[in-house]
Order: sequence, then structure tokens, then C-alpha cells
Amino acid sequence: MTAGLWENWLLPGVWITIQLTLYSAIFAAVVAFGIGIARTSPLWIVRFLTGFYVEVFRGTSALVLMFWLFFVMPLAFQYQLVPMWAAVLALGLTYGAYGSEIVRGAIAAVAPAQREAAIALSFTPAQRMRRVILPQAIPEMIPPFNNLLIELLKATALVSAVSVADITFAAQLSRLATGDSLEIYAIILVLYFVLAFVLTRLMRLLERRAKAGIGQAPVKSGKGPLITRKLSARQEAEQSSNIITAGGAQ
Amino acid sequence: MSWNWDVAKDFLPELGKGLLITLEATALGSVLAFALGLVWAMAFRSPTRFVRWPVAAVVEFIRNTPLLVQLFFFYYVLPTWDIKFSALTTGVIALGLHYSTYTAEVYRAGIDGVPKGQWEAATALSLSRGRTWIAVILPQAIRRVVPALGNYVIAMLKDSPMLALIGVVDMLQKARAEGASSFQYIEPYTMVGIAFIVIAYPASLLMRALERRLGH
Repeated sequence: MTAGLWENWLLPGVWITIQLTLYSAIFAAVVAFGIGIARTSPLWIVRFLTGFYVEVFRGTSALVLMFWLFFVMPLAFQYQLVPMWAAVLALGLTYGAYGSEIVRGAIAAVAPAQREAAIALSFTPAQRMRRVILPQAIPEMIPPFNNLLIELLKATALVSAVSVADITFAAQLSRLATGDSLEIYAIILVLYFVLAFVLTRLMRLLERRAKAGIGQAPVKSGKGPLITRKLSARQEAEQSSNIITAGGAQ
Repeated sequence: MSWNWDVAKDFLPELGKGLLITLEATALGSVLAFALGLVWAMAFRSPTRFVRWPVAAVVEFIRNTPLLVQLFFFYYVLPTWDIKFSALTTGVIALGLHYSTYTAEVYRAGIDGVPKGQWEAATALSLSRGRTWIAVILPQAIRRVVPALGNYVIAMLKDSPMLALIGVVDMLQKARAEGASSFQYIEPYTMVGIAFIVIAYPASLLMRALERRLGH
């Protein structure tokens, strides 16, 4: 592996991967909150449409969606996206659908008395959501969002298939240039692992802040895995049925 | 939007062939993931930390790095060690290994959920370690995690198109080939996308029903 490959491809590739993760995460979060809150709507048509969206985007494969946006959209709608944005759109829509299930679950888990108290104090529905329900629901969302964020980071590797020059794409080029498959792929696997580790640490910090904000101490994870959180059988089953199902890029 | 039914009809047999490969990769990958995951989960319970720690580190590493890169790793690095597999076999190994790190957590959760009294009873009856696992712990642990395992099979199905990127002729690869040879992109890719939803949605409904039945 030469210095040139590092400077011209790998390091810019790391930056592209970070940008992709960031933009897709922001887009996915917007979709997740929009859809997740809309799924609690009293109107059946809103619930039906958002439920349909979630099932469609959880049901299909992120890679197929990416190819579809990349190859079919320009032909079908005469509208071509820059590869980077096609990738962000595909990842954001898919992971937004998973995330909306987290949002919905956390909102449903807020004690009913809180909602009733807000109604009794004649808060408007918007105030109820913003002042009472979300502040309590958000700290609960952070751990599952952390898992989803790692899945998203891993899924950004898919963009190399539509020729966005991320870390995986840089690795392919380096392999063709030098032929050192072992060295190159070992290095980038470690790079991804480091990124995942940093993301997890940041999310833990965020969780502690959010929980402190509503006067709770964070749950000690004890002797759990290094990065992902230890889950009980029930949580695992619930979480995998709700979130990871479509999983990974999953 | 210019949907052409003739193109769709011509592509249908190809889609069917691709579907078989997709299902084959998913099924074989699942078998590997279920078996390896159980090995990891039992290693987590090993009495010596010289087994527990390395296994935990490897499992963490595999789970937190992208499947696609692992796929390329196996596809390009194994041949340099004179281990030559077909693209499909390589894909199945990578898929199974990657998901075994998820199923390991599922099994672990299931094993942790078995009451401590069961372990103690097995000791009191002086069952051997092997008998304790096979006759007492695993039957109780696995029953409760079946739906969670099923969900990972669905997740694997949806990750299997990645195998197309190392040349496995699955549904996505069939669509790519169709696009490359006839410049028809709209119908093949759309059909592949729909095929995934058509398989994954009923499967996830089935898992939800199973979850309710097995109850927690």
C-alpha cells in the first residue's frame, strides 16, 4: 500500500463514508420522526399510508433500492440524481422506515398517565407531543438508534456499487493497483470498526445527557458486549422484529 | 414512465432462476449462521476467559464491520491462500459468518433467560456438561428465540443481493445482466424490488404470529 493510494483514495474515502453516514442519518432521523409520529395519528388513512410506507421500505433490500434509484429513476422519470444523493436517499428511506418503528415504540412506551395529565391540563396535541411525550420518549430511543446507526454505517459500504468513492471503493481501486488484497481489506475492516466504536461512544454520551435531562441515571450495561448493548431475550426478540428485521442493509 | 409488459414477461423466467439462487444462498447462509451462532453463544459461557475473551472480540469485530467488505475479503484473499471456492460458496460463508454474530446474541439472550434453577437441577442430578446443554438448557433456550432467529433469516434474504457484487447470479445479478445486454433497466430492477417485498412481507407477518404464539 503506497502513500499515494492513502492520500488520494483512502483518506478521502473515509471522509466520504463519514459524510454519507451523517447525511443519511439526518435524513433517516427526519423520516423516522415524521413517520413514527404520523403512525400514532387518529386518522386511519394517515396510519394506513405510513404503515404501507414502512412495510414497503422494510421489505425491500437497500442495495436493490439503490440500484433502482440509480438506474431506473433517470429512465422512468427523466430525473437523475448525483450518485452520492441517490445513495443518501436509498439509505435514508430504508433506515428511516426502521427508525420509525423505534420512534413509534418509544412513544407507545411513555406512561399513559403522562398523556392523560397533559390532556387534563388542556395542552394542544402538538404541545403534548413536544412538551410531555417526546422529552420522555427520546432517551429511550437512543440505545436502539445506536444499533441502527451502526447498521447504517455498515450499509454505506453498499454505495461503492454505484461508484461513490467511499472506503470500500478506494479498497477496490487499491486492490487493482497493488494486488495486496489481505493488507488492504484488513486495513479497511479495522477502519470501519474504529468508526463504529467512535459512533457508539458518542451515542452513549448522548444517552447519558438525555437521561440526565429528565432526571434518570443511565442503565449500567455491565459485562455486556464491547459495542452493542446487552439485550434481554424479550428485548432482543422485540427489537429484531421491529428494527433489524430488514436488517442490515440489511 | 414507460413500463413495457413484454420486457417484463421476457425477464420473468430469468427472475425465477435468480430467485432460486437467492433462496439457496439465504437457506445455506441461515444453516451456517444458526450453527456458528450457537458455537459462539456456548463459547461466551465457557468457564475459562481464554476462550470467552477472544471469541467475544472476534464476534464484536465481525458484527461491527460491513458484510460487503467481508465478502470482498473472502472473495479476494482466500484464493491467495490457495483456498478456492465458487462465488456462491464464498457468499454463503460470508453471509453465514456475519449473521452468526447476530444469532449468537439471540442465543445468548435465550440461554440467559433459562432460570438458574435449571442449571442447579442439572448439577444436582450429576448430568455431564454435554448432557446439561443438550437435554436441559438448549431445548428451553432455543424455543423462545425462534421468532428472533426467523427475523434474521429475513434480514439475510434482504442482504443476499450483495452476493451479486462478487458475481453470484442471484436476482439482482440477473437484473444487472438484463440491463447490460438489452438496456432495459426499468422492468428488471422494479421486478426484483417487488419480489423482495412479496417474499419478505408475508415472512415477517409469519414471524410476528409465531412470536405471539410462543409468547414470552
